[in-house]
Amino acid sequence: MTRKQRRGVLIGTCLVVLGVAVGLVLYAMRDSIVFFYSPSDLAEMQVAPGQRFRLGGLVETGSVKRDEGTTVRFVVTDGATTLPVTYTGVLPDLFREGQGVVAEGVLEPDGVFHADNVLAKHDENYMPPEVAAKLKERGMWRDDAKTGSAGAPDGKVN
Amino acid sequence: MIAETGHYALILALGVAIVQMVLPLIGTRFRDPQLTAVAIPAAQAQFVLIFIAFIALMTAYVTSDFSVANVWQNSHSAKPLLYKISGVWGNHEGSMVLWVLILALFGAAVATFGTNLPRQLQANVLAVQGSIAVAFLLFIVITSNPFVRLDPAPFDGQGLNPVLQDPALAFHPPFLYAGYVGFSMAFSFAVAALIDGRIDAAWARWVRPWTLAAWMCLTLGIAMGSWWAYYELGWGGFWFWDPVENASFMPWLAGTALLHSALVMEKRDALKVWTILLAIITFSLSLMGTFLVRSGVLTSVHAFAVDPARGVFILAIMGVFIGGAFVLFAWRAPLLSQGGLFAPISREGALVFNNLLLTVACAAVFVGTLYPLALEAITGEKISVGAPFFNLTFVPLIVPLLIAVPFGPLLAWKRGDLLAAAQRLMAAAIVALAVMILVLAFNQKGPWLAPLGIGLGVWLLMGAATDLASRVKLFDVAGSEAWRRLRSLPRAAFGGAMAHAGVGLMVIGLVATTAWRSERIEALAPGGSVDIAGYHLVFQGVAPRQGPNYQERVGTFAVTRGGNPVTELTPSKRAFTVEKNSTTEAGIHNSWRGDLYVVLGDELKDGAYSVRVFFNPMVRLIWIGALVMFFGGAVSLSDRRLRVGAPKRAKAKMAAAAAGK
Repeated sequence: MTRKQRRGVLIGTCLVVLGVAVGLVLYAMRDSIVFFYSPSDLAEMQVAPGQRFRLGGLVETGSVKRDEGTTVRFVVTDGATTLPVTYTGVLPDLFREGQGVVAEGVLEPDGVFHADNVLAKHDENYMPPEVAAKLKERGMWRDDAKTGSAGAPDGKVN
Repeated sequence: MIAETGHYALILALGVAIVQMVLPLIGTRFRDPQLTAVAIPAAQAQFVLIFIAFIALMTAYVTSDFSVANVWQNSHSAKPLLYKISGVWGNHEGSMVLWVLILALFGAAVATFGTNLPRQLQANVLAVQGSIAVAFLLFIVITSNPFVRLDPAPFDGQGLNPVLQDPALAFHPPFLYAGYVGFSMAFSFAVAALIDGRIDAAWARWVRPWTLAAWMCLTLGIAMGSWWAYYELGWGGFWFWDPVENASFMPWLAGTALLHSALVMEKRDALKVWTILLAIITFSLSLMGTFLVRSGVLTSVHAFAVDPARGVFILAIMGVFIGGAFVLFAWRAPLLSQGGLFAPISREGALVFNNLLLTVACAAVFVGTLYPLALEAITGEKISVGAPFFNLTFVPLIVPLLIAVPFGPLLAWKRGDLLAAAQRLMAAAIVALAVMILVLAFNQKGPWLAPLGIGLGVWLLMGAATDLASRVKLFDVAGSEAWRRLRSLPRAAFGGAMAHAGVGLMVIGLVATTAWRSERIEALAPGGSVDIAGYHLVFQGVAPRQGPNYQERVGTFAVTRGGNPVTELTPSKRAFTVEKNSTTEAGIHNSWRGDLYVVLGDELKDGAYSVRVFFNPMVRLIWIGALVMFFGGAVSLSDRRLRVGAPKRAKAKMAAAAAGK
């Protein structure tokens, strides 16, 4: 092979691999990305049935009810709108009423969000960034929700 | 007093780093040996000063000096000593001090042990290394000073996030940083070569051990992080494709590619420009990892900093170094001479294929990690890109590479014979195929791809064995002759085969645990039982227990298998008094089959608890594989150190090895 042909093989292989990679990325982008909505977003728009998405907001105080077995029902609120959620499994350590939560799953035709994953929070004061942004948008943001309860003057951040 | 000493030492280190950055460059530019020689003592002094600062901070932590704001925020007098020490780097400021400490350590090592480097190259490398130190020391002193005092001093501290109080996580950051920062050596060598406008095979020989050491540390650091996530977070998973994980995985992918391309450059004097580019990309990804984790762009357990000033500062550092390096590359790279020729089917060709797939896979991870950030910045729309995306993109790109791995070492340099290599791999292929069929026969549940994945892992293991066997001409020559050859093989040959075998073990673990894991979620009252993967677990109740700085509720599970007692598992929920946080401690029983993994959930109605039980088949192979890769690197490094120390002897040795073939 001449130098030119060798270079051709090299460049050809590179282009093929790159093309495959771009194709895979575009395909995956279309099908495997999960959007994030608040209850109010859902009230304003139509979500296709069976479409997976993440629901974020606060767990409404007094709404957590345990069913048979390990099924839990609770209500997620963003201050304006609420959405009932059902989840079967072990809740993360810091799942509490009045705290931020992110649940991933599907909205069923009965109007209940069936979560198959409730995201663990690592810190009592931690607020999923999406939730914080949505709450700010809705004017529900209280700065004292972020400051530490240990009497810290300027909010401990982990 | 001690805190002030640390603070002064940091500022002095900044001054020394400025000297280290400026004088040697002037010296090499105007051929002034005295100015050039400043680089060595400057690098050593910089390390000593940062070490003093680090020790000062550690002293403040160990003695619980809560007049230091950083200690107050992240420590508590009741914390066990290990976590007082690891608390030093369990927070933003302290971890940045650790970052520059490791940076200075690498610089001092080049200054002290790089005596066989050409003076000019060494001085330029240290100057570039010094400039990185200047940027990060400025960052610490201006935005993240760990020595700020509080007046009056609080009575006690606020404690460390409980999930971070864990042995694996205590050592995860030092190894991870040693990896990140270690790639700065490759970067500094690359930039120094560009400044010089000269590069040769010797350059690759000097760069490789540093890159290899960094790669080993990063491998271990990522594995430790994954092991921690597995047993501490209580989800039974080991890798979540979380942006923070990806931030450390991307430099690893690029670094792995760099190790392989530096091999081509060292042995064949080819791929020079590409290797330089890869060195720059690898460290750029390390900087980006530091930025993603340190700036608070991603909020998760690692994102300690929320102050945007810091994020902007690190972004500026990234811009200057990455931008500067690429401009220098565009300007000077054309000066570098083109290297040796090789046919597409050859060892070089195989390594190019390796580089191509690793970098493209790395780019796919890059897109998946940064796309949500970019989309949110531009449109405000929030999305999450999770495991499905990476399974669809990363896996199809990396599988062809894994299939090709056993071929690489069997191909000759310059022009290889694919058919001959395939013939030598026949035995490996037959074993892999046999295992695949066997698994297929027993694979009642689980996806149909799983047997193929297991076969791929076996193929890698057998490929590594074939590599060594063909080097010693096993079965071709007498046993004693093969043994003699085995003993005279360079250690790098063992190291490479070991690392590839480690990948094989990891693949088997990943595939087995992903395909055949079983999970049960039950509401159990004391006396209740659950069956999983042949194990019978009886829940015996929950009892309170007092730990050093937490209270826990411990559940007890008697485990039997076929009527025989196996073990007693005690998963617990810990409530940390000071931090007002709780963590889940999984109960894990390990056997050769896999891990039985029990998590105690919330208390339900009438005294029952929600209980989550996993069986993760062969999951430990993932971390064992990473360890084998680490030791493969170590074996290889122990070989190269000799060669770097004595280039002449190495040449004789290589000639002997070549003649032996």
